[in-house]
Amino acid sequence: MLRLLLARLGQAALVMLAVSAVSFGMFRFVGDPVAALSRENATIAEKAELREQLGLDRPVVVQFGSFLSRIVRGDFGISFRNQRPVATLIAERLPATLELVLVATLLSLALGIPLGVLCALKPDGVAARLVQAVSLIGISTPTFVTGIVLILTFAVTLGLLPSFGRGETVQIGPWSTGLLTLSGLKALILPSITLALYQLTLIMRLVRSELIDVLSSDYIRFARARGLSARHIHFTLALRNALMPVITVTGLQIGSLIAFAIVTETVFQWPGMGLLFIQAVSFSDVPVMAAYLLFVGLLFVLINTAVDLLYALVDPRLRVRA
Amino acid sequence: MSAVAPILAIDRLRIEYPLADGGVLTAVEGATLSIAPGEIHALVGESGAGKTTIGNAVLGLLEKPGRIASGTIALDGQPFDPQRPGAVRLGRDIGAVFQDPMTSLNPLFTIESQIVETLRAHLPLDRSAARARALELLKAVGIPEPERRLSAYPHQLSGGQRQRVVIACALACEPRLLVADEPTTALDVSIQAQILDLLRGLADERGIGILLVTHNMGVVAQIADTVTIMHRGHIVESGPVAQVLRNPQADYAKALIGAVPRIDIRLDRFPMLDGANQTEAGAARDQLRAKALAVGDPSSGRDVPLLSVDNLSVDYGAGFLAGRGARAFRAVDGVSFEIRQGEVFGLVGESGCGKTTIANVVAGLRAPTGGTIRFDGQVIAGAEAAPRKGKARRAIQMIFQDPYSSLNARMRVGRILAEPILFYELARTRAEAEADVGLLIEAVGLPAEAAQRFPHAFSGGQRQRLSIARALGARPRLIVCDEPTSSLDVSVQAQILNLLKDLRDATGLTLLLISHDLAVIRQMCDRVAVMRAGRIVEMAAAETLFTAPQADYTRQLLSLVPTLERIRGEV
Amino acid sequence: MAASLSRRLRRVPLSVWLAGLMAVVIVAAAALAPLIAPFDPTDLTSFNLIDAELPPRFSPDGDPRFLLGTDNQGRDLLSAMLYGARVSILIGGGAVMVAAVVGVGLGLIAGYFGGWVDAAIMRFGDIILSFPTILLALLVAGVARMLFPAASSAEWAPFILIGAIAIHEWVQYARTVRAATMVESARDYVRAVKVIGLPSRQIMLRHILPNVMGPVLVIATINLAAAVLTEATLSFLGVGMPPTYPSLGTLIRIGNEFVFSGVWWIALFPALLLVLLVLGVNIVGDWLRDLFNPKLRGRG
Repeated sequence: MLRLLLARLGQAALVMLAVSAVSFGMFRFVGDPVAALSRENATIAEKAELREQLGLDRPVVVQFGSFLSRIVRGDFGISFRNQRPVATLIAERLPATLELVLVATLLSLALGIPLGVLCALKPDGVAARLVQAVSLIGISTPTFVTGIVLILTFAVTLGLLPSFGRGETVQIGPWSTGLLTLSGLKALILPSITLALYQLTLIMRLVRSELIDVLSSDYIRFARARGLSARHIHFTLALRNALMPVITVTGLQIGSLIAFAIVTETVFQWPGMGLLFIQAVSFSDVPVMAAYLLFVGLLFVLINTAVDLLYALVDPRLRVRA
Repeated sequence: MSAVAPILAIDRLRIEYPLADGGVLTAVEGATLSIAPGEIHALVGESGAGKTTIGNAVLGLLEKPGRIASGTIALDGQPFDPQRPGAVRLGRDIGAVFQDPMTSLNPLFTIESQIVETLRAHLPLDRSAARARALELLKAVGIPEPERRLSAYPHQLSGGQRQRVVIACALACEPRLLVADEPTTALDVSIQAQILDLLRGLADERGIGILLVTHNMGVVAQIADTVTIMHRGHIVESGPVAQVLRNPQADYAKALIGAVPRIDIRLDRFPMLDGANQTEAGAARDQLRAKALAVGDPSSGRDVPLLSVDNLSVDYGAGFLAGRGARAFRAVDGVSFEIRQGEVFGLVGESGCGKTTIANVVAGLRAPTGGTIRFDGQVIAGAEAAPRKGKARRAIQMIFQDPYSSLNARMRVGRILAEPILFYELARTRAEAEADVGLLIEAVGLPAEAAQRFPHAFSGGQRQRLSIARALGARPRLIVCDEPTSSLDVSVQAQILNLLKDLRDATGLTLLLISHDLAVIRQMCDRVAVMRAGRIVEMAAAETLFTAPQADYTRQLLSLVPTLERIRGEV
Repeated sequence: MAASLSRRLRRVPLSVWLAGLMAVVIVAAAALAPLIAPFDPTDLTSFNLIDAELPPRFSPDGDPRFLLGTDNQGRDLLSAMLYGARVSILIGGGAVMVAAVVGVGLGLIAGYFGGWVDAAIMRFGDIILSFPTILLALLVAGVARMLFPAASSAEWAPFILIGAIAIHEWVQYARTVRAATMVESARDYVRAVKVIGLPSRQIMLRHILPNVMGPVLVIATINLAAAVLTEATLSFLGVGMPPTYPSLGTLIRIGNEFVFSGVWWIALFPALLLVLLVLGVNIVGDWLRDLFNPKLRGRG
């Protein structure tokens, strides 16, 4: 267990180092920080002074070192676009994205697992075929198309739900939540469905194929030979085996949901980190891009490490190897 | 036997598999057999005989879309439909034991929960009573420290212990009948002997009837009371073990029993029912011998062994990036032996003893960690030897265990056989290579048009012949045979072993034969080394080893291996 | 094995036929766009701002010249969609090819040689995979635009997009081929040619590669659908094809700005075409995957 923990942390550190290198590379080499930060008609001497101030004349490795020490202290620089500290910008946007992702994850698990089980147990039933067909349409429809169709239907045509923004939010310490007001909850419905839909089909299909695999295994055959009830075999035994990989995938899903939120947030003008990022990309706002990358990288690594450790706790084969 | 009411009575059973094209495949036809209390009834036959199908039918586990077309199965005189059990319940009245204990148990649940769930599915027991019963069961099947094992997970037990747990599950509700499908096939000889003793004890002490599905005649001889021999879905002979094994009546039964390698005496050849394709192959083999000599290998008249292995050791899992803190595992530890020109040298031992590793090192598939190997006096592997590359490998070729994977499924046989000939430049032109291929195919007793076909057109035994032909094509001096017959049916095994003997006689080849099967070794080898845990425990001429074994381990192995000669109750 | 495969091929379900047919028709229409499209949307002289935002022909204010209406610049939407599908398919296909060639090559090498070569390739792949496709593609496309302003031009954007998509996708091929190569390498036919002493390159290309291509074809099919979607998403987010040379995603992006004003067709028709194309490919890919999965054989 300890060895596994160390191995995972080592790999996590490696990934974070790679991410910060990319992030630093963008910061340092993409766009010209001096041109971005100095007055338009600055003299060569002024620029040189700025270079020295920013430490751009020192060796790259030293610059990388100071870059790392700055980000560890939470200093991500100043946004080119609106001249505010990047850390503040991200902190403002973080709750919106995390609430969206959380709701979408719960939604996709709550629907995906039962539907997957249904498709595996009764593969030839009408319901299973229908679900299978719909799921194929699901994975064939890009998030933004789902979003546009939902907006056209529920916001533009029916006028039932808001099509953009977060609604009213309540400030709890540094966290602004939309989960406590009616308009906040209403605003959450369409974006979270949009975000959840694609992941839902993935989870459903994964549960289906895993369960089909498990049901054809020797130990399930042996369980049948012991005369256990079909209910017990399906839901107590086989489902547990089939859900093991779902743990890992859900972890990865949360990560990719944060990234996919970029698209959903763009469609619904949801004021989260994704929207911040895509605006930064179109304005070449390098500090924001670099910080977003670092931040998302960190979230991924944390989630994946947590999931791997959770997996090791759940799977006796890994648990006992300690 | 007729005095007691049978536990299981199968009457004129017919099992069909409807095919996609509307036809019907009959897997079992008119099978009738019965099992008395305390009787172990062995159902034997080669692959495709239908023996496992009968076992599955009794358990209600026929693979879809198979079905019982006619006939009855009765337990204690009560006919029942295994697919729709009423009074007779699977798990309570009939227990099952499958072949592979590694996959029969669910890896995510403890031993206790798997036994307890079986008990509580059929009996009105509360949790603590079920737990107490589970403990009794583990004791009954001979698991050491049963209290501690209850909370263990399957992966924490050895293969033999897992099979005991599987048997405990099967016994949980005191069934009248146990269906055991190849229960010891995945186990080593010593573990096999323990499990067989356990099954025999259950029959004797509890009066359980056991339907034992197996391909191994030795197992039948050792523990069964009655044996039924099946062939292509039909029962060809049935009766008391001693009678059927000693004095079979049906032709197929005679051939099958004749093909089982004997461990007590060495025969010149395995008896064959049809002595076909022997004569015309002789000419081809003579030509091969002439061609082999024409390669002009350094004369073997010199007084050196053909292969000399000196203090060989091989580690696994060592080296950079091995990960998970794996410590090196020494698979082969200081092994030395010599093989003389024209000799058949056997390496025998249980799984994991290092014999296959040695085969790989000799064939150049793996570098040794220490020690040296000399071939015809030249160092070919070892610390100071560069790895053999390309054409230098020609003199040592190899035959593999699994005939289904040893030929590339996407190449025609002709091209597979021509590949080494062309690579070693043993033929000047493609046409010459094709002629050589024709000769090789003839020499291993296959029709000439085989060259045009893909491997999937051939049976396991035929593929093994092709594999031998490919090895011969290189005109080698030593062929390493790694378990060459252990995945073949016993009658096919006899043919292949005969072929190897004939080729050896015709071409003067030297063979290194790796096997776990002592009887095969006895029939084939001139000298034998017995291996255990990476070391050679005994090395002697085959006759000496089998008649007067010196090492305790050899004696133990020889006493444990179930053989046709030792029929239960006769020794 | 080969015999049973061909028997299964003969029992292709109707839905798969229809899906395949749909995909083929769309691809053919896109390929033949210059011949069958009513207008050339890249020809600035062929359209007029006066015609902008005309609804489809079958709606009350429809214009008979434009079957599916016009976009915000007065271009015929049907023509723009056909040309757009062409761009989408070319970029998606290109990304699949690049990813497959790189991935299969690296997977073969990693699986065959093992050791540190394997570890290096696969750890690199792990790091790549720890980022979702879309984020990595956005970064590559975004950074490329900052470094070379020309990257957003119609000539260079397709190559940037292919690279941005393939940089993530190759890992999947590499993982699959590596696993299959390790299985095949341990099988006796490969051991046999190793004993013979054939050079590694010959063993990999002649013996192993043909035996690991089955799953590669399945992944390629499914990835083609995914790559087309990724390209569409990038274009929708504004880092893909420019409006002057739109892909389906670009068209949907343009249409999205008009959704609230009741001009639904600019977004919806390209979206429909995109979904139909991807759906067709996905159904075929899904069926292929089940066909190659021995565990699902003989199931419904």
